[in-house]
Amino acid sequence: ALGAVSSTTATRAFGTSAMRATEAQKESIASFMSAFEAVKPSTMDNPSTPSAFMKPLPEVPATPPAKLTLNFYVPHNIEFDGAEVDQVQVPATSGDMGVLPGHVPTVVQMRPGVVAVTLNDKEVQKYFVSSGFAFVHADSTTDICAVEAVPVEQLDAEAVKKGLADYQAKLVNAKDDYEKASAQIGIEVCGAMNSALGN
Amino acid sequence: MASNGFQRTSALLRTLRNSNVTSAPVTFTPSGTRSVSLQIVQQRMKSVGNIQKITAAMKMVAASRLKGAQTRMEKSRGLVVPLIRMLGDLPGIVTDTTMVVPVSSDKGLCGGINTTVVKYSKVVAGLEPKTTMTIVGEKARAQLGKGNSDKVNGTIVDLSKIPMTFATASMVADTILAEGAQKHQIVFNKFQSVISFRPTVATVYSSDEYEKAAEAGQIKFDEYEMEGPERSEFLLDLAEFNMGVVMYNALLENSTSELGSRMQSMENSTKNAKDMLGKLTLLYNRTRQASITTELIEIISGASALEAKK
Repeated sequence: ALGAVSSTTATRAFGTSAMRATEAQKESIASFMSAFEAVKPSTMDNPSTPSAFMKPLPEVPATPPAKLTLNFYVPHNIEFDGAEVDQVQVPATSGDMGVLPGHVPTVVQMRPGVVAVTLNDKEVQKYFVSSGFAFVHADSTTDICAVEAVPVEQLDAEAVKKGLADYQAKLVNAKDDYEKASAQIGIEVCGAMNSALGN
Repeated sequence: MASNGFQRTSALLRTLRNSNVTSAPVTFTPSGTRSVSLQIVQQRMKSVGNIQKITAAMKMVAASRLKGAQTRMEKSRGLVVPLIRMLGDLPGIVTDTTMVVPVSSDKGLCGGINTTVVKYSKVVAGLEPKTTMTIVGEKARAQLGKGNSDKVNGTIVDLSKIPMTFATASMVADTILAEGAQKHQIVFNKFQSVISFRPTVATVYSSDEYEKAAEAGQIKFDEYEMEGPERSEFLLDLAEFNMGVVMYNALLENSTSELGSRMQSMENSTKNAKDMLGKLTLLYNRTRQASITTELIEIISGASALEAKK
């Protein structure tokens, strides 16, 4: 009973801060537009801003919903958009993290690793991500923003092993900090791909 | 080049209608009336016919590339949303240094979209005193380079010659962020439909400004638990990522708008060329018939003069 009360007040507090941020956004846009109107020629319309094309955010529910709403984006593709899933596991830099509905709002920086999406009791889809960010919001919406994401089935084990050996050789032969850093990144990513394939 | 031909040809038509002095070589028939040389009209018809073919081909090229560009652009729109949700869309914060980034095309003949971006960029650059510009695209460089060269930090051109990937956009983002401005306002055309493009201003701040905005409650960042590096580094990474994502989307939106606008303007050119060709054909036929009639009159009057002499 105590847990239920605290979670309700917690979601209400986040609801107010969400409203504060949207108000701040409206004010900022309004002040920009009035400054713009003061300088522009009379025949010009005001420009738009990116938030004008966004769908309005849903209300924060009082109790955690049954399913997580997942948005999984990479720059060149939309993997999931508003999909209802059971849970998601993200590879944070501080360790693997599972996200369930009602999770505390968190911003996550992801390391190269596997994002596992549990669609329902039976289906789990695994994606290898190169890195990126994940945002878990108060309304149990999770945004996963990866730079690159491929289904784990598409990884070629042979190519991964070869890549790992190549980058290890490059690290040994590195002449300056830049080459060393890029070789270390290559080793980290190939190593993560290797363990994603189960080696 | 296309409009010059049209202007000369329509001047020719006006000449015939008003019988004013014209720059085209004019011959005088025996009866004293002025006429336009047949060869000149033929040359004009050939050039207008070529223009029609070229503009029709350009329209088809733009149309075939539009579908692919539109699909890529729509997919890039996804990633913009969570970053606006996290870091806000706050164009009104006043900072010490602002950089305006007009996004334009490299090639021309695409209607008014580049002029639109330049006009909006000039107004946005005039809002705060210490404003610099990094210009993307050859067309904006040509228009802005003359009057505002003191403001221009750098130019990024020929992006249309390499495949547009997130890596390319990140390179552009790095170049822009390296100048160290606190506020960046990217001006581009957002693609609404093949005939409609919306001038849009996207705002990306430096990580210091995002920290201040988080403390002021303008963005919700501080309400979240952090799994990752500590706060300043996290916001720095987020700001850089945001710039890359916004640039990638802006470049794709602008190039799709460029294709749509080019389709429209080439369609108009083809229609105009077709109308012009119709008018020229009529003119040609009239001129040809007039010259035949004149020859016949000469022959007949010559023959009747000979007969009268006999």
